[in-house]
Amino acid sequence: MSKDVYVLAEQRDGNIQKVSIELIGKASELAADLGQKVVAVLLGSGIKDKADILIKHGADKVIVVDDPILAEYVTEPYAKALYQVIKESDPEIVLYGATSIGRDLAPRVSARVHTGLTADCTKLEIGTIETMPDTKLLLMTRPAFGGNIMATIVCKDHRPQMATVRPGVMKALPRDEARTGEIVDFKVEFTPADMNVKIREVIKEDKKKVDITEAKVLVSGGRGIGSPEFFGELQKLADELGGTISSSRANVDAGWIEKERQVGQTGKTVRPDLYIACGISGAIQHVAGMESSEYIVAINNNDTAPIFDVADLGIVGDVKAIVPKLIEAIAKRKAEKAAQ
Amino acid sequence: MKIIVCAKQVPDTTEVKLDPKTNILIRDGVPSIINPDDKAGIEAALQLRDKVGGTVTVISMGPTQADAALREALAMGCDEAILVTDRAFGGADTWATSSTIAAAIKKLDYDIIITGRQAIDGDTAQVGPQIAEHLGIPQVSYAEEIIDADEEKIVVKRQFEDRYHIIEVKLPCLITALSELAQPRYMTVAGIFDAYREKEVKVWTLEEMKDTVDMENIGLKGSPTNVKQSFTKQAKGKGLYYKDLSAEEAVETIVAKLEERHII
Repeated sequence: MSKDVYVLAEQRDGNIQKVSIELIGKASELAADLGQKVVAVLLGSGIKDKADILIKHGADKVIVVDDPILAEYVTEPYAKALYQVIKESDPEIVLYGATSIGRDLAPRVSARVHTGLTADCTKLEIGTIETMPDTKLLLMTRPAFGGNIMATIVCKDHRPQMATVRPGVMKALPRDEARTGEIVDFKVEFTPADMNVKIREVIKEDKKKVDITEAKVLVSGGRGIGSPEFFGELQKLADELGGTISSSRANVDAGWIEKERQVGQTGKTVRPDLYIACGISGAIQHVAGMESSEYIVAINNNDTAPIFDVADLGIVGDVKAIVPKLIEAIAKRKAEKAAQ
Repeated sequence: MKIIVCAKQVPDTTEVKLDPKTNILIRDGVPSIINPDDKAGIEAALQLRDKVGGTVTVISMGPTQADAALREALAMGCDEAILVTDRAFGGADTWATSSTIAAAIKKLDYDIIITGRQAIDGDTAQVGPQIAEHLGIPQVSYAEEIIDADEEKIVVKRQFEDRYHIIEVKLPCLITALSELAQPRYMTVAGIFDAYREKEVKVWTLEEMKDTVDMENIGLKGSPTNVKQSFTKQAKGKGLYYKDLSAEEAVETIVAKLEERHII
C-alpha cells in the first residue's frame, strides 16, 4: 500500500535549495494528518553529507542516490533514479519545487509512472471528496487562467499523488539540532545510454544572481514610475531599508529591468516582510505573486488602483514626489536613532 | 529536417478582468491568441527550416475554433497544420492531453518537436516533457537559444534560475521554447491569403488516430487528475488608505508605520 510523503530534495552544486526545505515543512504537516512519515529523496554526486540538513528540518528519512552521473542536472538520469525510488518505495505523495529542474523532472516522471501531476500549487492539504468519503486525499490548490481563478485538484486513483510547489509559498520548519532520522543509500544501475544528452558547457552567472524571493524588503516599480532611470531612486530606497528592487511585468517587457526581478504569475512569488509597490496598479497577475507579503505599502496616483485592495497602507499620490522625500526621511530617522 | 510544433489556442489572459461587483471572471470578448511560448516555438521552427531545409508541421489539440490559430501559423509560413479534435479528447488533464498529442505525432515522421514551455491559461509546463516521455525521446526544456543544428543533432542553450547549460542532443528530440527563443514574425498578406485559399488544416478525430490512440489514456476518463472545485480568489482585506495627503504627510505616515513594525 502506498505510504509516506516524499519530497525531492533539490541540490545545485551540492547546496540544498531553500524550496526543498520549505516543502519538507509542508510535508511534515501532511504526514501528520495522514499518520505517515516524511521522506526526502536526495539525488546528486558526493552529497550524502547533506542528508542531515534535511533531517534537521523535518525529514524522518532520507533516500540518497549518490552517483557521478548526477553531478549536474540532466533529465534522464534524474528521471531514471527517481522513477526507481518511486517504484520500489510506493509513496503516497511526492512533492517537487516548481523550479526549472522540478518542472522538467516531475512531468517526465509522472508520464513514466502513469500518475497525475499538479503544477505550481499554492496550497496543499489533506481532505476528502464527496464521492470518496473514506479516502484521505491530497487537495492541491493552484492558480489558473493567469491567476484569475483558483482550482483545487485531486488525483483519486493513481499513486503517488504529485505536485510542484512554487518557491516561497510554503513555510520551512526551523532547524532542530535534536532531530534524528534514517539515511538510506539507494543504488541505481546507470548505463552510458542514460546520458542521452551532452552538456557542452555549464555557464554559471558570474555575479550572484538576484534572488528577489530571498529579500526581506522589496521596493517594486510599476508603469507609474515613468522611466527606467527611476529604478535608481527605488534602489536608493531599497538600500536604506536593506532590501532590493523588483518590478511588475510591464517594466520587464519594456526592457527597463531584468526578468529575474519580475514579481507575479509569470514572474516570481515573493513574501518579504515589507513590499513597497511604487506606481504599480495591481493587476491580478501581479498581486498573485506578492499578496502574501507581511506588510504591503502601495503608492499610486490612481485612487482606484486595485493594488489598494491588498495594501496594508495605501497612499494616493505621486511616487516621483514621495520616494525621494521618503529616502531622505528614512536616512534622517536612522541617523537620529544611531545618535541616541 | 521534419519539424513538428505543438501550439495551443488560449484566451489572452492579460486581457481578462474580474467583475468588480460579483468577483467573477469576465470571459466575454476576451480574444483568443496562439500561446506566446508556442508562437516563439513556431518562429524558431521556421528559422530552423529556412537554415537547414525541411518542413514545419504545426499541431493543435482543441475545439474546432482552434482552426483560427492554425491558419495563423500557416500564414506565418508553416507548411502543414493538423487540428486534433474530438469530443472523446475533451476534459483531458496534462497526462491525457500529452498522451493524445503523442498519439497524433506517432502517425508522423519527425526529427525535432518544439512545444512552448507553458501555456498562459494553465501555466503547467507539463505537456511538453510528458509528450517526450510518451514518445521515448530526450527533452530539452526552457530553451532560450538554438545555437546549432544539423540532420544529426541540435545544440541548445537551456536556462535555469542560476545557470545555463549548452546542451547537445541527438535527433529526434523535443524542445520546450521560452518566449525568448525567437521573436515571432508577422503574417504577410500573401501568407494570410495562402493560409485560407491554398493551404488546408487537416482535421484528425479519434477515427483518424485509432491506430495510435489508447482509449484508456484520453479525455476525462484517461486523466489521473480532476478539478474538485474552482473559485475566484478572495481578496485580502483592505488596510489603511489615505487619499488626500501631501507628499510630506505621506512620507511621515509611511515612516511611522515602518518604525512601528521595527523595519527602521
